[in-house]
Amino acid sequence: MTNKDTVISKDMFQPAQMDLLKSEKIAKPSLNFWQDAWLRVRKNKAAVVSLFVTILLVVMALLGPILTPYKYDKQNTAHANLPPRIQGLENIHWLPFDGTVTTRFGKELHPYETKQIKEYYWFGTDILGRDQFARVWKGTQVSLLIAFFAALIDMLIGVTYGAISGYVGGKVDSIMQRIVEVLVGIPNLVVVVLMILVLKPGIIPIILALSITGWTSMARVVRAQVLKFKNQEFVLAAKTLGASNGSIIFKHMIPNMMGIIIINTMFSIPNAIFFEAFLSFIGLGLQEPNASLGTLINDGFKSMLAFPSQMVIPAVIISIIMIAFNLIADGLRDALDPKMRD
Amino acid sequence: MAHPEKLLEIKNLKQYFNVGKPNEVKAVDNISFDIYKGEVVGLVGESGCGKSTTGRTIIRLYDATGGEVLYDGVNVHGQKSKKQLREFNRKMQMIFQDPYASLNPRLKIADVIAEGIDIHGLAKSYKERMEQVYDLLETVGLSREHANRYPHEFSGGQRQRIGIARALAVQPEFIIADEPISALDVSIQAQVVNLMKNLQKEKGLTYLFIAHDLSMVKYISDRIGVMYFGKMVELAPADELYKNPLHPYTQSLLSAIPAPDPISERTRRRKTYDPASHNYEDSEKIEFREVTPGHFVLCSEKEYKQYQAQSKQ
Amino acid sequence: MNKVLEVKDLNISFHTFAGEVKAIRGVNFDLYKGETLAIVGESGSGKSVTTKSIMRLLPEGNSEIKSGQILFDGKDLTKLKDKQMQKIRGHDISMIFQDPMTSLNPTMKIGNQIMEPLVKHQNLSRHTARERAIELLKLVGIAKPEIRVDQYPHQFSGGMRQRVVIAIALACNPKVLIADEPTTALDVTIQAQILELMKDLQKKIDTSIIFITHDLGVVANVADRVAVMYGGKIVEIGTAEEIFYNPQHPYTWGLISSMPDIDTDDEELFSIPGTPPDLLDPPKGDAFAPRNPYVMKIDLEQEPPFFKVSDTHYAATWLLHPDAPKVEPPEAVKRRQNQYDGTLGAASESTALNKGKFPGKKEGK
Repeated sequence: MTNKDTVISKDMFQPAQMDLLKSEKIAKPSLNFWQDAWLRVRKNKAAVVSLFVTILLVVMALLGPILTPYKYDKQNTAHANLPPRIQGLENIHWLPFDGTVTTRFGKELHPYETKQIKEYYWFGTDILGRDQFARVWKGTQVSLLIAFFAALIDMLIGVTYGAISGYVGGKVDSIMQRIVEVLVGIPNLVVVVLMILVLKPGIIPIILALSITGWTSMARVVRAQVLKFKNQEFVLAAKTLGASNGSIIFKHMIPNMMGIIIINTMFSIPNAIFFEAFLSFIGLGLQEPNASLGTLINDGFKSMLAFPSQMVIPAVIISIIMIAFNLIADGLRDALDPKMRD
Repeated sequence: MAHPEKLLEIKNLKQYFNVGKPNEVKAVDNISFDIYKGEVVGLVGESGCGKSTTGRTIIRLYDATGGEVLYDGVNVHGQKSKKQLREFNRKMQMIFQDPYASLNPRLKIADVIAEGIDIHGLAKSYKERMEQVYDLLETVGLSREHANRYPHEFSGGQRQRIGIARALAVQPEFIIADEPISALDVSIQAQVVNLMKNLQKEKGLTYLFIAHDLSMVKYISDRIGVMYFGKMVELAPADELYKNPLHPYTQSLLSAIPAPDPISERTRRRKTYDPASHNYEDSEKIEFREVTPGHFVLCSEKEYKQYQAQSKQ
Repeated sequence: MNKVLEVKDLNISFHTFAGEVKAIRGVNFDLYKGETLAIVGESGSGKSVTTKSIMRLLPEGNSEIKSGQILFDGKDLTKLKDKQMQKIRGHDISMIFQDPMTSLNPTMKIGNQIMEPLVKHQNLSRHTARERAIELLKLVGIAKPEIRVDQYPHQFSGGMRQRVVIAIALACNPKVLIADEPTTALDVTIQAQILELMKDLQKKIDTSIIFITHDLGVVANVADRVAVMYGGKIVEIGTAEEIFYNPQHPYTWGLISSMPDIDTDDEELFSIPGTPPDLLDPPKGDAFAPRNPYVMKIDLEQEPPFFKVSDTHYAATWLLHPDAPKVEPPEAVKRRQNQYDGTLGAASESTALNKGKFPGKKEGK
């Protein structure tokens, strides 16, 4: 670097103080693990958008049924099979909210005028005249609830099983892994269907059925991590300090696995939602008048050609949920992957 | 330097992995030596010689396959109650090699250092705990502000000092340092070694210093043991080992170290070691024998006489 | 004494979450034909970044060459496109890395990995390339090369893998070989073998080597000239004798004193206190000032320029300014200076004659 032409006076060569504290100073602000992860997630636009969408959906799921004056289970056969109509949007004909339905043969019907109905059903009604708007958001509530609890139980069982199996090792580990392999070998579907047939459909039985086989992938992942950490020096150091096994697993290993655990859980949520929808589709879902997105799609399917809105709307919502969760989980995985640190 | 009191007696220690299977590894194969109170014993050798495994077996991270480790006369291995094991945890501590893997990345430095304090109940209140942590930080040359930071914010040398603080927190008598400076830069190595030496003097600690850098080991150790494929081939006071290496492996190891001296490097000739050159007969007993007082070499009867004759010159 | 590579006023920064890290802050050096230049420095000094930038291997996303030139074979490497760099990598300039365990592709046979640059750069047929690969394996001292050439990396030990890596790097007889801490991960005896091999090969192929390391013993063993880096800059550069026996920069003094040798006794080992600077926020003035026991007021204000000690020896420290007070270097350095003055006449002349490259007039301070 070239020197500026400033005058260098003799007294500048006086000794100065060596400033050691300056050299030990840490310039960057202290970021903990989550703050660091959030900075990375923010960079991934798809993940951030999905996060907002998911939050929006959750809010709507909670508030939706309250927003309309119609209850989700109130039947009104006179108002059956109405297409969606929203005030203010009814004159915009290229949007599907104008209260008209076009038959297969191209003929446009105006059921609101024909039946002299003044009320507005934002998402239309189903075959029994129930307000779809309320039903769809109620259904979303139920679907999310089932998925969330199924994922939670998955996580709890999977983490515990995997941690014990990996930590104890030896024969115990061998036996536990063989059990997992047997469970994985049995087709998920068969187990779930059998459980539902035995327990009869309902929210709790469905959650149980989904959890019975869902925990295996989490268990394997956790076990692999535990095996990796078992030989890491910070775990050995804790052992030499006299830490108990429980303390080592919960204070040292699991916090370092939180990233992987969360990612796995996030991925299992769309799985659970889809599974539940599938159960409903084959008739093993919730019973009337309870609704979940799956049952709505199943009901709507029956009148798909005549009144497409009844199936399309819940289908779109379920698709959005699944895509959003997948994108968030993907973003989280990139953010939490230690190998991709700067 | 008279250290008549033995702190550790390692007798016929064996650590075999995968016993009986085709991939059996005799990582530590029947070694015996003593460690006296207040001294620093260096343990050197190349990768795979078993020095790290020896250290870990002594502190009971692995259970020994055979032999004994007597700490103050009590065997560290064998059936022990939780209380007895806790006792050992307080007296013997370890410093690890990799500064990037030896600290839990999710704990704040205060918690890393205080773990031992918490486990053994050495502080009666939160305030006392933090005071001890700050004391330890200052002892190792860091400052109180560092207590609230995370390991990834520190450099290798600083992390190693945190590791030392963590080991000191339980006030141990004996510390096994498993390659504590191998992963550090040269000038930082000197810092850490100076720190360890000062701590030793201040607190009367005893060290087992495991390393592969012979120049640094010579500087800090009173006696040095050389290991080769699970066996200890030579044990002698540090100066004696460098001036008068008897076992051919020790000689080849010493001749391979590059010295920071270009003129001597240009002319230095390296010695290689071939284990077959001993030409041991099946009947010969290869034992760890004392050739001159304090200087042990793994050799046969024939070689023993040779070495003795050499040393008399 | 012709120059093979010239690095002029290189400035490189990394853009991170926390801000701009000025990793390289004005590096200048030349590489002559047939010599070994060692770059010594600690973590964070910038030695790896400098050499990776010569090969243009820095991560595209967050690194930036802010200014400077790297002149090679009449071209400025900083301005070349990646396709043009691909022709140079492995052919004119090769690089070998530290960890032999991860430098080789575990799923490719050794032979194929050595043949890759031969086929790509020299357009040899596979048959000819294979023969050349076997020759190269023999050259780097691998026994039974005809059998080994069809084996996989996991069948080789660490030292042997490093030899293979050297064979791949030298396959096309490059003009420059950059070795980034090639022996740091190896045992002492294996390290000695690899260093002997590299010196041997250098004589045979007449390639220039840039050798990065933090181990001064290794430097003394291989280097003709040494550049000492600190805080993203070169602080001292000279022949190996000049750096080891007559160092001028306080950081070099610190490095040399903190290595124990046979004469170091029980007193405290000299160590440089503190930690290398955080280049996110480089200090004003001399980057070494906070850790410099000989610090002066001017070190805190202005960065020192290079002062000439001899035609081949330069140091960037205000201590060499005519107005600076005379200071006593540490004991370990003084001993070496005495050694130097005593043996200098004979030793440096004889090595100068042997190398025939560096007339190295010694001037006083």
